[in-house]
Amino acid sequence: MVLHMAAGRNVISTGVVLDTLPKLLIHNADAIGSRPAIRHKDLGIWRTWTWAEMLDEVRAFSVGLAALGLKRDDKFSIIGNNRPRLYWAICAGQALGAVPVPVYADAVADEMAYVLAHAEVTCAIAEDQEQVDKILAVSDRLPRLAHIVYDEPRGLQDYDDRRLIGVAELQRLGRNALAADAECLARWQAGVAAGKGSDLSVILYTSGTTGRSKGVMLSYDNVIISARNGNAFDRLGADENVIAYLPMAWVGDHVLSYVQSYVAGYCVNCPETPDTVVQDRREIGTTYAFAPPRVYENLLTLTMVRMADASPLKRKLFEFFLAVARRWGEKILNGETVPLAARLLYGIGDFLVYAPLKNQFGLSRIRVGYTAGEAIGPEIFRFYRALGLNLKQLYGQTEASVYVTAQPDGEIYADTVGQASPGVEVKISASGEVLYRSPGVFVGYYKDPEKTAEVRTADGWVHTGDAGFFDPKTGHLRIVDRAKDVGRLKDGTLFAPKYIENKLKFYPNIREAVAVGAGRDFVCAMVNIDLTAVGSWAERNNVVYGSYQELAGHPLVYDMIAGHIDEVNRSLAEEEVMAGAQIRRFLVLHKELDADDGELTRTQKLRRGMITQRYAALVEALYSGATTADVSTEVTFEDGHTGTITARVEIRDARTYAARAAAVERAA
Amino acid sequence: MRAPSAREAGLGEVLLAVENVSLAFGGVRALIDVSFDIRKGEIRAIIGPNGAGKTSMLNVINGFYQPRSGRIVFKGEPRTAMRPYAAAHGGIARTFQNLALFRGMTTLDNIMAGRALKMHRGLFWQLIRYGPALKEEVEHRRRVEEIIDFLEIAPIRKIPVGRLPYGLQKRVELGRALAMEPDLLLLDEPMAGMNLEEKEDMSRFILDVNHQYGTTIALIEHDMGVVMDLSDRVVVLDYGQKIADASPDEVKCDKNVVRAYLGEPHGTSV
Repeated sequence: MVLHMAAGRNVISTGVVLDTLPKLLIHNADAIGSRPAIRHKDLGIWRTWTWAEMLDEVRAFSVGLAALGLKRDDKFSIIGNNRPRLYWAICAGQALGAVPVPVYADAVADEMAYVLAHAEVTCAIAEDQEQVDKILAVSDRLPRLAHIVYDEPRGLQDYDDRRLIGVAELQRLGRNALAADAECLARWQAGVAAGKGSDLSVILYTSGTTGRSKGVMLSYDNVIISARNGNAFDRLGADENVIAYLPMAWVGDHVLSYVQSYVAGYCVNCPETPDTVVQDRREIGTTYAFAPPRVYENLLTLTMVRMADASPLKRKLFEFFLAVARRWGEKILNGETVPLAARLLYGIGDFLVYAPLKNQFGLSRIRVGYTAGEAIGPEIFRFYRALGLNLKQLYGQTEASVYVTAQPDGEIYADTVGQASPGVEVKISASGEVLYRSPGVFVGYYKDPEKTAEVRTADGWVHTGDAGFFDPKTGHLRIVDRAKDVGRLKDGTLFAPKYIENKLKFYPNIREAVAVGAGRDFVCAMVNIDLTAVGSWAERNNVVYGSYQELAGHPLVYDMIAGHIDEVNRSLAEEEVMAGAQIRRFLVLHKELDADDGELTRTQKLRRGMITQRYAALVEALYSGATTADVSTEVTFEDGHTGTITARVEIRDARTYAARAAAVERAA
Repeated sequence: MRAPSAREAGLGEVLLAVENVSLAFGGVRALIDVSFDIRKGEIRAIIGPNGAGKTSMLNVINGFYQPRSGRIVFKGEPRTAMRPYAAAHGGIARTFQNLALFRGMTTLDNIMAGRALKMHRGLFWQLIRYGPALKEEVEHRRRVEEIIDFLEIAPIRKIPVGRLPYGLQKRVELGRALAMEPDLLLLDEPMAGMNLEEKEDMSRFILDVNHQYGTTIALIEHDMGVVMDLSDRVVVLDYGQKIADASPDEVKCDKNVVRAYLGEPHGTSV
């Protein structure tokens, strides 16, 4: 089959334009029908569907949805963890011209109600009883919701709500209809053929670090052209294996696990449960990955915790070869010239340490790994690259159908996010804000033209809200921070909170950090300990604790965190611009920052406004010179009910360094 | 929203009856003339203060102890002495107050062990694992995987149970008992030593087992909240004697029960 590239679209010799995902599915079932399309681990066994089998499933699903009354331009929602049937649901609805609206599976009922009501969803496709219960709990706010389709029937047998129907039952309806009436297939195919690239393909609600979430509308052209460019950039083909475990409502997962797979024809693997991802990834051996920094941070923490428990010999070996990797690994990966002895040593290290470690991570076969979603700490980034993993940074947005900039192979600079992706233009505004224009630029915010006009100019440039500049040496883009977040201390010193927080988060003991200081005399930090790392440390050091709160407030934990902050200050002091933004005072928070409490977004980004408001008492105490502060915060439990946590939090001073003194001290 | 449970639908036929059972260890009388029944499909709780004879009662039911007098009628067949092997074959499974798992074996292997009675091929065939024996093992593995899925323990499938936290070990033990596909499941303090969240999880699993598989359950439990929420009927033991046998609400108000738990009031009478 001959493929021509025409205006960024695949045109097959038959003249069919592959400009929608259902068309791509039919094409793949025909062209590569016997290749694996999707896998799911169920009852301990990987079950595979080929492209031909998947077409059969999606078609039956789609005809079933049509029987429920789903039609062109209707909105339907997908709620749950990554499972084949939920991915099929997206395509099944799109084949009818309906628009999918994926919702974060861990959203509390209220958040879910907002999205479903705002999008005017008529049909919801839910993973299991938990999600169905959430929908039913808010269904009085959703008058338009007519059907709830569920994948996992467990616990739902006795529900007698007439809106409920199982996926299996729905597919059976669809298959019967297809078998009974030859016209049915033709009608369905005609419906698919009626779709165009300019049609609305999906509405993704962005988690938003400020305010209510907005519905980003993307067309088929947006996502397909972006995916095609992305695949070409990293030479992704039908042989890739990816694991789908990130929220289906996140644009990253939508493009990587759905659109790019349909375009390239590669296989998507759904883990058994969200808790088995690491094991499942090892079994699959993914070749391409896309994850927010949090995932890489957690892997690093897990490794460090386990190494701390290892035998002294193993630990020594690990430390020695890690130092070797830090010195030479990145140079080897970048193809620079490296002395033969170093290469040999690295080779031994690879055999003894790096390869087994990568195998543990399930990253032995990885060709390209991206970190996206927010900035990754350079230390963490270098750690993975030193091991020989081709980890790269990508800068993207939902509004751009992911790609804005990406690092090309061999041109990796830890503090940049690379060059403009294929087909994307990037410029810096006079005020220092990053703007871009591309075929992936979104159609608009759903039901919010005002906001759309605010973000996208008449000639198609989109404001990112991030401050950045092109690095003069490399020509790559550097993102400084969220433009809104970058501030100055009272004396005019530049204050970029994210930069400081990322330095802190490199330490496995620190899970999250919040730096404050804009408009103040100096910088302070609020720190969340990592329960896995600090818990393991406590066990080894006979520190007894009864709860997270008690551990967080333990004097020895404070000593440890003080040590980390000391090191961060020392490193800040070495940088001319940042030396004035050293941390003067800090505290350890008594509870973990949580998306359920509105402190993080569903993709785990800090919502600064919310945090400084909730912990205003603590922030005041940091600047008033007090040594303790009382705080009481409302928390939301997983089942939705709320309670209050009160605590007395200790505040400590940190040692700071004069800009030059630090350099001298290090030299000595 | 749920279908009526056994509680509302009225009670089924008697699955097991304890008739005038007495048990003694030397001079200590552990059970004195105790009679009650367990009906098909219900959750039956056995409660009582420490040393009331609850665990002894379970041990009599599954044949671990021989009663001095009285008899057990199981599925209509009277027996004066039930042997543990016969009990297991007849469809009685149990979990223990102090876990009895194979600590060095994985979760999967522990639950597979629960299928031992259902394996029909001899040791020889099982060792060479070929042909019909392999086919049989594959079928058993499928049933075990369904239980793993049911109890949501897939992430710990390959971990030796000795390394698991207590609450999860309890769940594995429940899994092993379920692997026997019992008609009657005896649970000896399934929530002991658990925190609130683990208790809630375990309660949900017990209700689901009862509801989904229709398994009859007899459980011993100290947490009164759990007993009141879960059980259809409660029998109360004190010093080896039955002092009450009624619905949870009635038992809660029963004078004898209150006295057994709180002690005799002193001085003025109530």
